[in-house]
Amino acid sequence: MSGQGSILDIQGPIVVAQLPNARTGEQVKLGKLGLMGEVIAREDARAVVQVYENTEGLRPGEPATAMGEPLSVELGPGILGGIFDGLQRPLESMLEQTGERIERGLVIPAIDRAKKWPFVPQAELKVGARIGGGAILGSVQENATITHHILVPPEIAGELIDLVAAGDYTVDDVVGRVRDRQGHIHKLHLSSRWPVRLPRPFNKRDHAVQPLITGQRIMDTFFPLLKGGKGAIPGPFGAGKTVLQQQIARWSDAQIVIYVGCGERGNELTEVLDTFPQLTDPRSGRPLMERTLLVANTSNMPVVAREVSVYVGMTLAEYFRDQGFDVVMVADSTSRWAEALREVAGRLGQMPVEEGYPAYLGSTLAAFYERAGRVETLSGGHGSVTLIGAVSPPGGDFSEPVTSHTKDIIQTFWALSKDLADARHYPAVDWLESFSLFVDTAARWWHENVSEDWLQLRNKSLRLLTEAEELNRIVNLVGVEALSSQQRWTLESARLIREGLLQQSALEAKDSFCSPEKQYLLLSLMIDIYNRGAEILKLGMPVQELLRLPLLAKARRWKIAYASDELEGLKQEARDIVPLFDALRAEYASPTSQRSKSEGTES
Amino acid sequence: MSSLEYSSAAWARGGLLAMRKVPEAALGDRVVVRDHQGRQRSGQVIRTSAELVLVQIFEGTDNLDLERTWVRFLDKPFELALAPEVLGRVFNGVGQPRDGRPPIVSKLSRNVNGASINPAARAYPREFIQTGISTIDGMNTLVRGQKLPVFSGSGLPHNRLAAQIVRQAKLLHAGKTESHGDFALVFAAMGVSHSDARFFEESFEESGVLGQVATFINLADDPPIERLILPRVALTCAEYLAFDLDMHVLVVMTDMTYYAEALREIATGKGDVPARKGFPGYLYSDLAEIYERAGRIRGKAGSITLIPVVSMPSDDITHPVPDLTGYITEGQIVLSRELAAANVQPPVAVLPSLSRLMKDGIGEGMTREDHARVASQLFASYAKAQEVRSLAAIIGAEELSEEDNRYLQFAEAFENRFVSQGEREDRTIFQTLDLAWEVLSLLPKEALTRLSEKDLDARYQQAVSE
Repeated sequence: MSGQGSILDIQGPIVVAQLPNARTGEQVKLGKLGLMGEVIAREDARAVVQVYENTEGLRPGEPATAMGEPLSVELGPGILGGIFDGLQRPLESMLEQTGERIERGLVIPAIDRAKKWPFVPQAELKVGARIGGGAILGSVQENATITHHILVPPEIAGELIDLVAAGDYTVDDVVGRVRDRQGHIHKLHLSSRWPVRLPRPFNKRDHAVQPLITGQRIMDTFFPLLKGGKGAIPGPFGAGKTVLQQQIARWSDAQIVIYVGCGERGNELTEVLDTFPQLTDPRSGRPLMERTLLVANTSNMPVVAREVSVYVGMTLAEYFRDQGFDVVMVADSTSRWAEALREVAGRLGQMPVEEGYPAYLGSTLAAFYERAGRVETLSGGHGSVTLIGAVSPPGGDFSEPVTSHTKDIIQTFWALSKDLADARHYPAVDWLESFSLFVDTAARWWHENVSEDWLQLRNKSLRLLTEAEELNRIVNLVGVEALSSQQRWTLESARLIREGLLQQSALEAKDSFCSPEKQYLLLSLMIDIYNRGAEILKLGMPVQELLRLPLLAKARRWKIAYASDELEGLKQEARDIVPLFDALRAEYASPTSQRSKSEGTES
Repeated sequence: MSSLEYSSAAWARGGLLAMRKVPEAALGDRVVVRDHQGRQRSGQVIRTSAELVLVQIFEGTDNLDLERTWVRFLDKPFELALAPEVLGRVFNGVGQPRDGRPPIVSKLSRNVNGASINPAARAYPREFIQTGISTIDGMNTLVRGQKLPVFSGSGLPHNRLAAQIVRQAKLLHAGKTESHGDFALVFAAMGVSHSDARFFEESFEESGVLGQVATFINLADDPPIERLILPRVALTCAEYLAFDLDMHVLVVMTDMTYYAEALREIATGKGDVPARKGFPGYLYSDLAEIYERAGRIRGKAGSITLIPVVSMPSDDITHPVPDLTGYITEGQIVLSRELAAANVQPPVAVLPSLSRLMKDGIGEGMTREDHARVASQLFASYAKAQEVRSLAAIIGAEELSEEDNRYLQFAEAFENRFVSQGEREDRTIFQTLDLAWEVLSLLPKEALTRLSEKDLDARYQQAVSE
């Protein structure tokens, strides 16, 4: 079905070719090097092609071939644990074939063709049964963590006329056949293809109900995201976006994690490639790579492949969602993707609207984020894609187009602050700028699974933080002496919450992941200290003495002193607080100290 | 095709020359332009179609006419001849000698655009480089294969800092320093003044590394378009030294802002849609192509460590060039005008400075066990001290609490003893860390919550008793 033509004009990643009958979105192969691209516009008999690879050396007059298919990814066993470039080419195989530098015009299949997988057909499925698209045909135990379900491709439905017995098959072997209404016979394989720009179908959208537990206190406790939700992490450079995203990829309780490095640093991806294989899932105890898939397009790789990489990642995510998994997709950074859009739009001479971005920026972002969600799959199960996008606003200005459009779309917003990062308060999530629309839904989960008073404590601590912010403004004008004892205690308690709870070190083994139980214990301890302190202040204890309690310095280290599986120690600390404050109360409640206190104030 | 000369120039402006009726010129082809006086200029095809071929001329289009301009298409991309003799030599932006000596002749030549390194082929940088400068070693550690820019402003001593790094940089191996026989320096200067160029030359000469330096210079009064190709030429040379000759290459590039301005000039000439401050939308990708050539490769002994100098117009860190640079590089060293005015030299503003690769290059076996916590404590305490300072500026220092006063003392000591150091002062990492403990010990023990109890027992008392 492929059409032939020739190249007319080359300008950076944009090539115009004489290609009648080419469809927009269709793949095109260009020149003697065989560079791949896709048609983004048609003008008369000409096709405007954006090219995924560097176009240096291409000449007018060289051949152009339309390939008849839009850009698609290959889906099947063998993709988990993989590391792909923006076009789903496996980086390790590229390394073996062409060495340390990426050569152009390279075609490498995403999945190993020779490897055999142990396929087990679905037990209740009998030959002669009617099956629809998305039905589960059988499964492959891909690794110890993940059982890969083999689905009937969404567009195929009819009578199952053939299904192989359990055994070892390659991804190209025929494992079943379906006869549709028209009598056409479709062969089914362990692998299938799907065009990346087309969302995979499902029965219907469903409510997101469960919080995604990331093990990060500022996220889980303060600004929760649900499984199937959409979140964004905006922040200027150096604010810790990448570390936070990696923490999510490492510790979140999703079943599958897809990490898309879009236009980011080469060394950072190398770090992910180096460290992830050594990490184990805190829940299953298995290597994290067994549930992880990386799509890596570094900033120096061609810009059009960068634009494509987020769609490749999303299609992979939807594929696992359709098998009934909870999937988290992390995209770092969506700004680089938007910039790729802008670059192509600019080369096409499209009218810029804001900061050079094309008019369709907002709608493109929204359509992409909407691919996230919790759904009822075609086979009747439930699966979800949670999408977390990093945003890199120029100069940290959140009013720029990508951040402001993203903010309109997402439900949880973790705003990173340069000031916090400069003070090495990590994760530098600004509790005043951030928001989550999911607090009430998340509260239901916390109340059922952890404790009844979770929401109350969370709101109390946020209130303390907000009050402290006000008080700080006063302090900055007139000094701390102008505050009342209660106000100074509020200020100190907010500091305790900041340092003992909000700050979390990705590098400290005991602090990097914090279980919901530990999060709750720390939260309730901090509020307990505040309440007890406030009560004793009322009895007349001078605030200076309260601030001198060694407990306060100690409380800041609890998070690194006790790991998530050492909660007994933390509970002991909670018990130890009681006699400490009881003793203080006894001292100040007694009549003699009342006297000494009143003398003290007079002098 | 290469023997044919075309004289079909259609228009010339702003460093760009458009040629009509050139069949099949490839994108990126190198061209030689001969003007009416017979002088040669070099250029490169940046857009090509059957009707019109657009060429950027590195020497600029001044003094060209359309009628007597002849263009030869060499039918090959821009390549640089490479041989070990590049060391000790001085070249212009397109790799031609500027030191009056003959050009490099070699069978080996490479496309200056390079090719992206497969991320799976990279080795993660984790070898600590001791620069002898406390603010860098102690708080923003540089490692081999890192790209760490210096963000500066006009009149600030970024050149002196860069030269000090070049003089003092060495690898610490199990607590001992290593000699640098396999060390090379590539110096890429774009749009710098004659005096700055001389300063660097003298500094290299004085430290005895001149024979290990390959210099690529485009001065402030040289044609600006040449700055577009210069960093690519210099990095091609660096890649050769690092990955063919197994050397550890330090690349100092100054000043990337001038590079970006040249890019803007050409983009405007081509009619590209501007994004921010007139810079084209592809500035990020373009800078990334340059910066990402730094690094290490698995199975290769050499490395490229990159220190670009970026001047921030009006000290604005949100200006597109420093801003996009910060998103690509692994941290930044920021110089401060206030500190310079207070005579703190080098005036490194530690709070906005950062090294992303620090965490894996420090600690037990590499520097010292307490390094990470000490650095974290210095950042936190100094940030707190800055808050106290702004408070003191409003309510007066007399009104401060005793603890706040100790923060003021700490900040003074930190700036004058830790940050400040002589241009010839080469501190070991252990001296730097001891100094850190000395200034931290001015604060009450309870305020040092980022240090462990063990650190405090071992070092805090010791510093006070000294």
